[in-house]
Amino acid sequence: MKRLLGVLLLLVAGQLQAVDFDYRLSARPIAKNVYAFIGKTEDFTTDNGGNIVNTAFIVAPQGVIVIDSGPSLRYGQQMRRAIAAVTAKPIALVINTHHHPDHFLGNQAFADLPIAALAETRDGIAADGNAFAENLYRMSGDWMKGTEVQLPGRTLSAGIVEVAGRRLRLVALDGHTGADLVVVDAASGVVFAGDLAFNGRAPTTPHADVGHWLKALDQLEALTRETGFKVLLPGHGVPSADAGPIRQTRAWLTWLSAAMRSAAKDGLDMNDVLARPLPAEFARLPVAASEYRRSVGHLFPAAELQALGAKP
Amino acid sequence: MKYPLTIAAIALAALMPPAEAAALRESGDPLDSARWSDMQKAFLAGAPVLFDPRVKVIAPSTAENPMQVPVTVDATALPGVAEVVVFADFNPIVQVLRFFPEDAPAFLGFRVKLQQSTPVRAAVRTADGVWHVGGTWVNTVGGGCTAPSAAGGSKEWQQRLNEVSGRQWSDGPNAGRLRMRIVHPMDTGLVAGTPAFFLEEINFADAAGKRLMRVQTYEPVSENPVFTLQRVSADGPVEATGRDNNGNAFTARIDQ
Ligand SMILES: [Zn+2]
Repeated sequence: MKRLLGVLLLLVAGQLQAVDFDYRLSARPIAKNVYAFIGKTEDFTTDNGGNIVNTAFIVAPQGVIVIDSGPSLRYGQQMRRAIAAVTAKPIALVINTHHHPDHFLGNQAFADLPIAALAETRDGIAADGNAFAENLYRMSGDWMKGTEVQLPGRTLSAGIVEVAGRRLRLVALDGHTGADLVVVDAASGVVFAGDLAFNGRAPTTPHADVGHWLKALDQLEALTRETGFKVLLPGHGVPSADAGPIRQTRAWLTWLSAAMRSAAKDGLDMNDVLARPLPAEFARLPVAASEYRRSVGHLFPAAELQALGAKP
Repeated sequence: MKYPLTIAAIALAALMPPAEAAALRESGDPLDSARWSDMQKAFLAGAPVLFDPRVKVIAPSTAENPMQVPVTVDATALPGVAEVVVFADFNPIVQVLRFFPEDAPAFLGFRVKLQQSTPVRAAVRTADGVWHVGGTWVNTVGGGCTAPSAAGGSKEWQQRLNEVSGRQWSDGPNAGRLRMRIVHPMDTGLVAGTPAFFLEEINFADAAGKRLMRVQTYEPVSENPVFTLQRVSADGPVEATGRDNNGNAFTARIDQ
């Protein structure tokens, strides 16, 4: 018994050693004075601790502008240290692009600073934030320790704002969620697309309105055609010098919504839809199978309603 | 064979493809659930039981939305099906529904609320009195039965209660299929302050008045239930009638 206990303790110790809760964030320059922390194109796991998202910061003349704060308190704290390793300038503002937990649960680490979001994003965080956090605890485990919802205290609206000596263009779109903020930094040519664009990873749809999202993608693509455009930073996946991630996201959403409509029209049941193979074009996209499964749950009921002639 | 079968079961096995026959067993729950003996006592007491691969219960192994877990029961490979009872071992309300296929094949699709990871099973009684049991584990993060219905917050459903929409398919790969949705909150009574309020019975009959299927539904069936049936052929309209536990009745015609 004693020996068995010893073995168990060793196993536990081994596990503790493997997880040091260090996201190993390193700021990657994506344009002049603009840096990003690029997450993995995976699902939330206890291995990645939720580091599946892109966050970023702009080193502006009088301070730093942070765009999204990551999935946990630890992430926010480590991000703050990683920013300090790049610049001594103080952080002037933290922006949340939308109300998904991997984009705002690091806010707590910036609680002493102004945090801003669109009004609807703020309302969404207030309404769903705790449920999101609970869900991430389940999926990412102890990486989430101590994480609580920190609401943005400031409300943003579309238009030009000046922050820390930098002119930013805020474009308020929707479709991935009810409010998706795109930040255009003219000085560097970076378009921060949030989760309207995914690159090399299947898009997530828990709060999606696909019709609105497709319209937003057209507007986003127009931004990449403006003179001065240099880099598109998607919410997930590597940055891009062209509209590639927008086209990928559009292709997935177009296929997905057409697939839901035709399945419902053909009389398929939800289990029939879940059993359908992914087209070759998407089968090898990271997390395509799991995002497809989730999206069937999110999107098929509405398609079904329409096919059965029900009032929405 | 690991589990010896009775003479009757051996005779049955002789009629089946070898792979299926090998999976037949009379004891030893294939889903290895701690609650199996309770389930057996509650639903199948005293009757012979056979774990039978011909009873197919299709559901996702992980339910992304515990309020709307799709379940398809297909017992069409079994002859002489009289009754099918569907239950989930670890649900706070175990019994999901019962259906009696009369002039329709023993096939039914629906959605359920699951509170936690659980086997979802169908026990199928054939004319000889034997219960044939099939099932599958569904893993879920929970919240299905004690979470309020979406309708609970709004008043709209009150005007639309028992509103039916549906369609039949007469050709294509799903010829003979009927799908129907009913507006109903299907409240379980497990949410404080909200009494149980759910559909209890739905009958499907063909144009000649011949009953295709009778379905008894219970609290765990999802809000705004959607049912999928398979007719031998989609021959004319189907009349669906039913009522909930408060006596609200409905009658609807489902066309092609
Ligand atoms: Zn998102």
